[in-house]
Amino acid sequence: MSADADTRARTSAGTAAHTPTIVLVGHGMVGQRFLEALADRGVTRRARIVVLCEEPRPAYDRVQLTSYFSGRTPDDLSVVGAGFMEEHGIELYVGDAAESVDRAARTVTARSGRVFAYDTLVLATGSYPFVPPVPGRDARGCFVYRTIEDLLAIEEYAKTATTGAVVGGGLLGLEAAGALKGLGLETHVVEFAPRLMPVQVDEGGGAALLRTIERMGLSVHTGTGTQEVVTADGAVTGMRLSDGSELDVDMVVFSAGVRPRDQLARDCGLAVGERGGIAVDERCRTSDPAVFAIGECALAVDGRVYGLVAPGYEMAQTVAAVLSEEVDEEDRGFTGADVSTKLKLLGVDVASFGDAHGTAEGCLDVVYSDSRSGVYKKLVVDGEGVLLGGVLVGDADSYGLLRPLTGTVPPVSPEQLVLPAGAGAPVALGPSALPDEAVICSCHNVTKHAIGQCSSLAKVKKCTKAGTGCGSCVKVIEKLLPAPADQGLCGCFPYGRSELYEIARTLRVTSFAALLDSHGRPEARGGEGCEVCKPTVGSILASLNNGYILDGEQASLQDTNDHFLANMQRNGSYSVVPRIPGGEITPDKLIVIGEVARDYGLYTKITGGQRIDLFGARVDQLPAIWTRLVDAGFESGHAYGKALRTVKSCVGQTWCRYGVQDSVRMAIQLELRYRGLRSPHKLKSAVSGCARECAEAQSKDFGVIATANGWNLYVGGNGGATPRHADLLAQDLSDAELVRLIDRFLMFYIRTADRLERTSTWLERLEGGLDHLRDVVVHDSLGLCDELESLMAAHVDAYQDEWAQTLDDPERLRRFVSFVNAPDAPDPSVRFVPERDQIKPDLTFLTLEGVASR
Amino acid sequence: MKTPEPRKTPEPLKTLELSLSPESWMTVCEESRLTPGRGVAVLLPDGRQAAVFRDRSGRTYAIDNRDPFTGAQVLSRGLIGSAGGRPFVASPLLKQRFDLETGRCLDDEEVAVAVYPVRAVQLDPALP
Repeated sequence: MSADADTRARTSAGTAAHTPTIVLVGHGMVGQRFLEALADRGVTRRARIVVLCEEPRPAYDRVQLTSYFSGRTPDDLSVVGAGFMEEHGIELYVGDAAESVDRAARTVTARSGRVFAYDTLVLATGSYPFVPPVPGRDARGCFVYRTIEDLLAIEEYAKTATTGAVVGGGLLGLEAAGALKGLGLETHVVEFAPRLMPVQVDEGGGAALLRTIERMGLSVHTGTGTQEVVTADGAVTGMRLSDGSELDVDMVVFSAGVRPRDQLARDCGLAVGERGGIAVDERCRTSDPAVFAIGECALAVDGRVYGLVAPGYEMAQTVAAVLSEEVDEEDRGFTGADVSTKLKLLGVDVASFGDAHGTAEGCLDVVYSDSRSGVYKKLVVDGEGVLLGGVLVGDADSYGLLRPLTGTVPPVSPEQLVLPAGAGAPVALGPSALPDEAVICSCHNVTKHAIGQCSSLAKVKKCTKAGTGCGSCVKVIEKLLPAPADQGLCGCFPYGRSELYEIARTLRVTSFAALLDSHGRPEARGGEGCEVCKPTVGSILASLNNGYILDGEQASLQDTNDHFLANMQRNGSYSVVPRIPGGEITPDKLIVIGEVARDYGLYTKITGGQRIDLFGARVDQLPAIWTRLVDAGFESGHAYGKALRTVKSCVGQTWCRYGVQDSVRMAIQLELRYRGLRSPHKLKSAVSGCARECAEAQSKDFGVIATANGWNLYVGGNGGATPRHADLLAQDLSDAELVRLIDRFLMFYIRTADRLERTSTWLERLEGGLDHLRDVVVHDSLGLCDELESLMAAHVDAYQDEWAQTLDDPERLRRFVSFVNAPDAPDPSVRFVPERDQIKPDLTFLTLEGVASR
Repeated sequence: MKTPEPRKTPEPLKTLELSLSPESWMTVCEESRLTPGRGVAVLLPDGRQAAVFRDRSGRTYAIDNRDPFTGAQVLSRGLIGSAGGRPFVASPLLKQRFDLETGRCLDDEEVAVAVYPVRAVQLDPALP
């Protein structure tokens, strides 16, 4: 590793100083956070860091483990930034667990036989799932729920199973139950305690949770233990419960809690707790000062083992501070942590914080319970009204606000905090009511004050990491951020694109000058506008269907590409791109393209969008080239515009043995429908004839994938610099339903997106995201759909081929000259040289010519 | 929703002239050939090119057509705008802006393009 060698070279320069080695055992979320903290503090630059990771892959997000079943891949779950290890010269050994520690010699021996000497050893071995000692627990069909490998095994076994049981009705147990249900199994949950999630919620909360979960079709058995796993031929066939009943099940998942993994520590004689856990002090130091323990394997000074990730992160920071010798005098180290949690289990919000069970002496409860809707909220307060804690089930929206208020007297009465909106309650209590020292992000321990130092959510995430853990605090953070001072489009307009669209639409403004003089910034009124707002307003006016884009004032608004209906290349020549709908083309048309390219000496290239670019045309050649193309039946491909580009397709059912629909027909239909549609940015689309997805529809602004029953519509995909997989908007649509939904989607995007904002970033920014989009365009929650459809209908009716329109009008053709004073003269600066049997721009000439003219 | 705009506003016939050296003017074209807010390219007798623009209020400007950042003769095809009351053109290739009155690049103070005097002359109706 060169970076590492580099590090050593730097630190040993001058003195022959020994480079300290830090060995980290365990690469889970806490281990990775520890490495990041070392890097942040510069320790990685002066020490050699070795990481032993037992699992076959680097650290991943175990909290989100279940999301594997909703389509996230193991790579999606990774919490290690690309290139992190290389950048910081960290040696990571995956699939190689630490086997033993020799504290006298200060060495760790790995399973592979590798031996590492250490100056400092950090144990982050995490925990292991507790499996109750019942007969049959090792049978085929018994699983635990802890690693990606466990999930892969469960998924595989579930293919042959119809019924499953989960032992444990806690947080992880319910996640596992949800996963089994999602795999199509009839699912039982067996919980020894009298209610679900006994650690987090009280009896009332457990009851609300039980009703909701049973309504989802899961069978819940509380207050009963597992007596035996019944087997036949070594495989699971059933379960016998302590109440005498029996369940017929094909597989069992044990999720009855975790225990700290402290065996390595025990074997080398470190002090451990009576009930497990490596004993540490407030700096997370074990009984050996050269050895630290962090995360779920550590027994903290307050006598607790923390099974949550946030306290683990705090311990990681604590040790990194010690190792960087930057311990703040004020910092008391890790003395205990908040165990507040908020999560969505099987779609149900569950949160608990502070003294959720009301254990403080003399405390009082304020409870709101609605069994019908499965909502249960309880706040615990003391005699003086100080909020001590609470439980929220079914509706945990107020968690972000209530948790930071814990320990204070809330500014409104407790009952107002639990009553639902609309019940005469809501005194709007915003995050502005929180004190500066309130912790907003409990995963990363970030205060309101720290968030106030940042100007945007992106900066908050980057500088403080707040909002990057469980994400439950993001809404509150957004409310705390100052509204950006000026959201204007440019120096000429104080409005953004979507506002200008609304102004132009509702006030029927049809010219740029009128819009600038009525709605521009005072200092810009009467001026020329600028290169930012002119094309933007030009696109809005075009979207609102104000006719041919190059007539009258609109001509002065278009970028040069739109102005000449072609794409300017680096030497001032243009490329020509005829539309080839769906990528389908007849031999005769192919021949015409070939002949035109040959006759005008153009460079030809097949594009990624299944059409053909012709490069190297001078502006005065464009009309003649297009006359030939239009005569042969071609139309403008709008490659020059912020408009629909292509709808790619695979060959589909007609030819392909896997195809289930005629993808080419649909691609052509869509491309012809939306051709010429002006939008905030370019639009790309594709139609695949089956789930093999050869057309790559999921990387498009709107992508269509055939199913046996119709079409699935995906939106918001992107390739390019920031790839994004499209989101599934609706399934199994008929032709008519598909077209109607795309009409609405595109018009809603055109209406609300910013300038040069692709659908992918627009969807990321849209408040409420995909759910909101679906509400608006599928369920018509804003009552907009009729209007969106009629706007699109107007576009489809009014569409005309811009090149045909141009060629028909001598006045419009007058601009296509290189020189206004010499209409027949070609531009001598547009020159070409040969390259691989075609041409390329002569750039040497451009440079030389420039020098000569100075 | 469609609002047809008059294609041409009638105006007195004027000719644009450009000066390459003191007291010497060359004819460019009729002023009406310029769309307000856009430019045209002019081939100069020595083979160089000029970019002539007309703004919304009818004022005309002429600068060198060559974009110094790319070497391409394209400035006439840029969009014009105004900032702080001063007119500029943005190169259509990489969008650097040039002051139309001074030729100075607004995005790189070490770069400038040549500026030419330009004027509109009323045609003598008596001439054929």
